[in-house]
Amino acid sequence: MSASDEIIQQYQDRSEYDHGFVTDIDTIEVPKGLSEETIRFISKQKKEPQWMLDWRLNAYNRLQKMEEPDWQKPKYPKINYQDLYYYSAPKSFKDGPKSLDEIDPEIKKTYDKLGIPLEEQKRLSGVAVDAVFDSVSVATTFKDKLKEIGVIFCSISEATREHPELVKKYLGSVIPVTDHFFATLNSAVFTDGSFVYIPPGVRCPMELSTYFRINAQNTGQFERTLIIADKDSYVSYLEGCTAPMRDENQLHAANVELVALDGAEIKYSTVQNWYPGDKEGKGGIYNFVTKRGDCRGKNSKISWTQVETGSAITWKYPSCILRGDNSQGEFYSVAITNNFQKADTGTKMIHLGKNTKSKIISKGISAGQADNTYRGLVSVHPKATGSKNFTQCDSLLVGNKCGAHTVPYIENKNSSSEVEHEATTSKISDDQLFYCRQRGLNQEEAVSLIVNGFCKEVLQQLPMEFAVEAQKLVGISLEGSVG
Amino acid sequence: MIDIKNLKVSVEDKDIIKGLNLKINKGEVHAIMGPNGSGKSTLSYALSGKEGYEAEGEINYNGENILELNTEERAQKGIFLAFQYPIEIPGVFTNNFLRTSLNAVRKAKGEKELNAVEFLNLVKEKSQKLKIDKEMLSRPLNVGFSGGEKKRNEILQMSLLEPNFIIMDETDSGLDIDALKIVSNGVNAMRSPERSFLIITHYQRLLNYIKPDFVHVFSDGKIVESGDWKLALELENDGYAKFVS
Ligand SMILES: Nc1ncnc2c1ncn2[C@@H]1O[C@H](COP(=O)(O)OP(=O)(O)OP(=O)(O)O)[C@@H](O)[C@H]1O
Ligand SMILES: [Mg+2]
Repeated sequence: MSASDEIIQQYQDRSEYDHGFVTDIDTIEVPKGLSEETIRFISKQKKEPQWMLDWRLNAYNRLQKMEEPDWQKPKYPKINYQDLYYYSAPKSFKDGPKSLDEIDPEIKKTYDKLGIPLEEQKRLSGVAVDAVFDSVSVATTFKDKLKEIGVIFCSISEATREHPELVKKYLGSVIPVTDHFFATLNSAVFTDGSFVYIPPGVRCPMELSTYFRINAQNTGQFERTLIIADKDSYVSYLEGCTAPMRDENQLHAANVELVALDGAEIKYSTVQNWYPGDKEGKGGIYNFVTKRGDCRGKNSKISWTQVETGSAITWKYPSCILRGDNSQGEFYSVAITNNFQKADTGTKMIHLGKNTKSKIISKGISAGQADNTYRGLVSVHPKATGSKNFTQCDSLLVGNKCGAHTVPYIENKNSSSEVEHEATTSKISDDQLFYCRQRGLNQEEAVSLIVNGFCKEVLQQLPMEFAVEAQKLVGISLEGSVG
Repeated sequence: MIDIKNLKVSVEDKDIIKGLNLKINKGEVHAIMGPNGSGKSTLSYALSGKEGYEAEGEINYNGENILELNTEERAQKGIFLAFQYPIEIPGVFTNNFLRTSLNAVRKAKGEKELNAVEFLNLVKEKSQKLKIDKEMLSRPLNVGFSGGEKKRNEILQMSLLEPNFIIMDETDSGLDIDALKIVSNGVNAMRSPERSFLIITHYQRLLNYIKPDFVHVFSDGKIVESGDWKLALELENDGYAKFVS
């Protein structure tokens, strides 16, 4: 066995998925398949106003004329949408979200086990959590405290009832209902996710976070998140994701929309650890996500940071529309694929306003027989004078059977703007491992050290609370504590 | 300390070390000199357990045959190799690498791991002695280091890890005159009755600074002649012709 074969082995042996347990819980009866009946059912469960149901039905009608895309690199067997469930909620949830003390103890236990206690006193004081279990938000912490300063942090379902004017105004304003097949599907059947509104001039004092958990079988999860940062406000939002180990693939098709008005800043971080499937490539989540941020105002800023370690297939391009003059978009990404995992991820930076800036730092790590593609678009429109983009895409290969691909699309229609693209591909060499091991590190520690060094620039972008989880995930100790 | 018996090493089915016997007692410094391609670096890799180096025979280290131990197990037991060509690791800061390595070795020895402050104090003291600029330590490991800086960094690692058996593979190549003195002083400061050295070099000059107890001539995978430091002088004047068939 060569040194690199052995690492792959070790990585595989070690990567027993910690979050793969199933919570045994009674769920309510739901209709199967994609239909108007299903949509009416979801809307009724959520006690939605009529306009919301109409919005969904419109999306459903549009969907009938759309086709599932297949230009992406990772192919997957055809999904039978009539064979899926679109809603799953614990029976105990029937009468809507309860106060924190009334949550089903089984669900509380689930989150405890995942390291996310829902009791406010047990939480890190700087983080508020919205916990989404299958299709429903089961709890949102620190809601009242945030309300005092005007920050709205609740489930999207609650927002459609309590804050219809905001939802009506912004939902679908970044990702149009008919954007593409999965976005339209999501618009028809979305279940839960978070809603955030930060009023003008407010700097949100806490990290806001959502923790997504898929539990039920044969059920798609259709997350919908909407974040609005009003003028001169700031918010840092994080999301985490896990799912049980199951033999069949499950679909998570999310739509996330961010709106930053004049002078506002949104920092959105993801640590995605959906079940990746087993060593033979059986099971795992299809993570097909549309994330888009609109820098609608002048001097606004949106920054995406993602650490993607899970899922059988990850297919997403968190993007920024740089509409306001002087607005800025950033994308920091670490995508790790192992065994038979596949990722086709990257970003789109659309420069519309003057003097807009974007920065893309992407680190892809591939091991086993996995396949990792960076796909990115930088588009500078004719009116975006003085705009700048910098892109750095690095790939690191562990072993000989994995693949890495970089597919940058650049459209610069403004001669005063600069677009810069750099890309590298490297391999962890046997000599590097030997050197580390000669200095006393075992193979796993050596790989961790090298991988950690490789993606340091991105991990540094994460808020502390998540950095720790990400570091555990990547199997690495964070650098920077020394020197 | 180390007792090598009839060691044979092959790489990719090519026999390189062909029956080597060498005994180094505690506190001794042995030098190995020999023509290019004679197998000196191969010996250093075989002693430190590099994968792909098929070894047979015996390598007894403090009474234990370590042939079956892997690289890190040998390193944790105090075997250190100063590389002829130190490896570059992009992204990994030198300081972080040094601390991770030191703590791995300390942990294996059952010693307390050093926290950031303790480590920084230690590394500051050691690097000053080797006239290593601290700016160098906050750069990625060996990346863009000059040849001499890489070698000095090897010696810094040696002085931090305080190993028992040290193999230096052409540490003097690439060092300027002042650096050669600094490095030699560093090595001499570490000489002790408990520690042994195997120094691979092409130049007698180094041995003026670090005086060896024995000098061996290495040719075609074997030791063909042994003597005291005067042998090095002889080689410097006459070359290897006399020893190489
Ligand atoms: N991986 C390998 N495959 C085939 N041959 C190898 C391999 N590694 C080393 N060799 C050969 O083994 C021989 C000994 O190499 P080695 O590096 O040990 O020599 P050396 O004595 O250290 O030389 P120098 O003084 O130039 O450093 C050389 O002929 C070299 O080409
Ligand atoms: Mg050599």
